[in-house]
Amino acid sequence: MATDIIIHDQKDNVGVVVVEKVTPKQDCTCWIMENDSSSNIQSMNEIPLGHKIAMTDLKEGDTILKYGHDIGKVVKSIKKGEHVHVHNVKTKKW
Amino acid sequence: MEIPKSFLGFKRENGRAGTRNHVIILPVDDISNACAEAVANNIKGTIALPHSYGRLQFGADLELHFRTMIGTGSNPNVAAVIVIGIEPKWTKKIVDGIAKTGKPVEGFHIERTGDIGTVMKASKKAQEFVMWASEKQREECPISDLWISVKCGESDTTSGLAANPTVGNLMDKLEPLGVHLCFGETSELTGAEKVCATRGATKEASDKFMKTWSAYNDFILKEATDDLSESQPTAGNIAGGLTTIEEKAFGNFQKIGNCKFVDVLEPAEEPKKGKGLYFMDTSSAAAECVTLQAAAGFNIHLFPTGQGNIVGNPIEPVVKLTANPLTVKGMGEHIDCDVSKILSREMNMSEAGDKLIETTLRVANGRLTCAEALGHKEFVMTKLYRSA
Repeated sequence: MATDIIIHDQKDNVGVVVVEKVTPKQDCTCWIMENDSSSNIQSMNEIPLGHKIAMTDLKEGDTILKYGHDIGKVVKSIKKGEHVHVHNVKTKKW
Repeated sequence: MEIPKSFLGFKRENGRAGTRNHVIILPVDDISNACAEAVANNIKGTIALPHSYGRLQFGADLELHFRTMIGTGSNPNVAAVIVIGIEPKWTKKIVDGIAKTGKPVEGFHIERTGDIGTVMKASKKAQEFVMWASEKQREECPISDLWISVKCGESDTTSGLAANPTVGNLMDKLEPLGVHLCFGETSELTGAEKVCATRGATKEASDKFMKTWSAYNDFILKEATDDLSESQPTAGNIAGGLTTIEEKAFGNFQKIGNCKFVDVLEPAEEPKKGKGLYFMDTSSAAAECVTLQAAAGFNIHLFPTGQGNIVGNPIEPVVKLTANPLTVKGMGEHIDCDVSKILSREMNMSEAGDKLIETTLRVANGRLTCAEALGHKEFVMTKLYRSA
């Protein structure tokens, strides 16, 4: 089956949309690169190619993990399946 | 795939090999650009490298200027050089630096002669050089004569997912064959700096990296007026889905595969510790970074992009690759190697790495890059601070 979302590392709490877009309430197929496993998630928003989706519920102050590493902090709570970007995540640097 | 053991390059007097055979007209300073461009216009097959600096610089900034000028002229992709400056002393310093390679180089200064007389004298010499260089033939050179620099730009999440790991796959396959490799972009490793430091081949290399990164980061924090969100990530990065500098850094870092860096280079510094991967302290702006790497002697560049950076360099061919299918569709004339099938899982990373090696060797053998065919010749000097 076609892959809609790629996740780098099993530990990651976000995935990346790799199709032109996913639409609200779409059942998406995810592929985890690290261990070549698959999972599913339902998207809540329209999310374009290259943008991130939350794989779990996240609250303010939580750390976003991608590549298995810390890539920033949640500044506005995020529901599983929601679009993750500059409106709800900020850098811990600079 | 069996990796070819050789490519067809131009053998130079100092034992290096070039992937190109340029005759360049190099202005020492901003006010000599007009003269250099007039010579290049007179003599077909030469290229002028105009730039904005070279007057009243001092200290480390002046040293970097000379290193970039001399390094550019010394690059094995350059067959011969005409140097033109306003004053004789700095012109001679650059000529003498380039002459150490054994290649033909001649300097001209404009003071007491004026533009017209200088253009006439320099044009005569440039004609002689270009006709001499035109007889040079490509010869079989070992693949270890490739010095490959890398830098990514207009990155998005597809860069970190696929295009950058493709470059990493190429590095893992070519490093054992004795090539020189170079990555840079000090500021864009922010967030991944501690992980990057663990990739030093020695403790000395790791410590030198952390010192270099910290100095650059301190400079950014000192000059920053806001949270840098207008600059890093860029608007293009954000449109492509990159949210923070940390995310960009971990994506960027995929370019070195599993390689370890043997040393940390100053901007435009030639590597001196033999084959292997080097880190160079550079800005993350594309043209500045590639210009510094070319000045350090790298003879072919790999440039993964997400949203579609279009940069080129006058002497070092810049090979573009992308994994973003929208970029392939919208601006395919800029993409030398399409690895977008990684995202649809119709191509694995090793196949993508092989495809990039094949493209790289074709370009090393003489195939024009997209950037060359489109006339991209961005030659951008890095300036460390204001002139005196």
